[in-house]
Amino acid sequence: MINNLYIINIIRFALLVLVQVLVFNRLNFFGFINPMVYVLFLYWYPIKQNRAVFIGLSFLLGLSIDFFLDTMAVNAASSITIAYLRPVIMRFVFGVNYEFQGFKLGNATQIQQFTFLALLIVIHHLVFFTLEIFSFANLLLLLKKTLSISLATLVLCLLFGSLFSIRKE
Amino acid sequence: MQQIINFILQYKNFLLYIFLLIVSLGFTIQSHSYHQSRFFNSSNWVAGNIYNTSHGISSYFDLKKENTKLVEENKRLHHLLFNKNEGNPTELDSLQTTYTIATGQVIKNSYANPRNYITINKGKNDSIKPDMGVITSKGILGIVENTSNRFATVQSILNENSNINAKIKNTDHFGSLVWNAKTYNVVQLVDIPRLVPLRVGDTIVTGAMSSIFPENIPIGVIRQVDLDNSKSFHHIDVTLFNDMTNVKNVYIVNNTKRQEILQLQEDTENNDQ
Repeated sequence: MINNLYIINIIRFALLVLVQVLVFNRLNFFGFINPMVYVLFLYWYPIKQNRAVFIGLSFLLGLSIDFFLDTMAVNAASSITIAYLRPVIMRFVFGVNYEFQGFKLGNATQIQQFTFLALLIVIHHLVFFTLEIFSFANLLLLLKKTLSISLATLVLCLLFGSLFSIRKE
Repeated sequence: MQQIINFILQYKNFLLYIFLLIVSLGFTIQSHSYHQSRFFNSSNWVAGNIYNTSHGISSYFDLKKENTKLVEENKRLHHLLFNKNEGNPTELDSLQTTYTIATGQVIKNSYANPRNYITINKGKNDSIKPDMGVITSKGILGIVENTSNRFATVQSILNENSNINAKIKNTDHFGSLVWNAKTYNVVQLVDIPRLVPLRVGDTIVTGAMSSIFPENIPIGVIRQVDLDNSKSFHHIDVTLFNDMTNVKNVYIVNNTKRQEILQLQEDTENNDQ
């Protein structure tokens, strides 16, 4: 059971990195929309696990994508931010239910799952583009990129989510 | 002491987060202000090989288009060669030429970020070194920034840190070519004095001040001319000749006299002080 969990997460990690750098970063839809589907790793990651390991893993995930894209540590910074904020967001979205031992993501309502995913993506993209653009003179560019790319990521993540739904974790 | 340990244990996640955040912010700010990190870039072994494999597969899909481009270029070069009367054989002696050319292929390209880097499949083993110029058959592409044994990363002209000497064709008015990170086919030429007459449609080429690129490599045409804030310089939007979204075969230009030029300039500056 435990081994199974490790293997699934390792495979998921590797596949998401490859899919991200080989497929989604070459989309350039409208010239600038490159959805960041690797956020799904943080969405799918089991809830009742050691938080420190989770933050460490998301740092590694972001950093390995940074290697490929030559965006030094921007992905890493935004991943650890949502990894750290994930419990807060979950408490906000799922309410008290989240504290119970038997809570599973699959049991929550569709709207709750959607809100959770959307919040993760928007926070991630906001941090990402703030760091990447790094100047408030380009505030409009930042908002435009955050909103349009968040939307694209959300749509793709929902599609992926329904393709590879979480059943028993 | 007990309290300190308790504090650390209680907030260990927060502290870990802050620590990792500071590490990544450090890297980020470093990459904003100056060059790419020396080790963490896509010319490393793992990333380079993965990109190379993917390039090996995807390059088949546009072989035809690439061939047409190369044939076009051959045609132009043949035209130049045949119309050149009495070629001097010493010019072809590789020991006496100023610029040597190597070829390569782009295995990773990006143009949607504020700081874009391109990875090519030539590296130290092919004597590619940092600060060599990279051009395509249509115009300039960027400058080599880091090399590994088999790969190199190129700072694209679509990069906020990029700064290339450029001039108006057939004049000696030069300025700097920079990018404002907005559109991938428009770059900006700044520092051209106001009194220089300019027309929309004028051609921009590389200048002679750069020890990286040869003079007169095409860059683009003027799209729009404005004055900058001080009202004494032009701020020019340049449409690139190169389609930055579609580059495959590139040439890496090595200026064999660059070391000598840099050495001389450094000596002169030191003597002044």
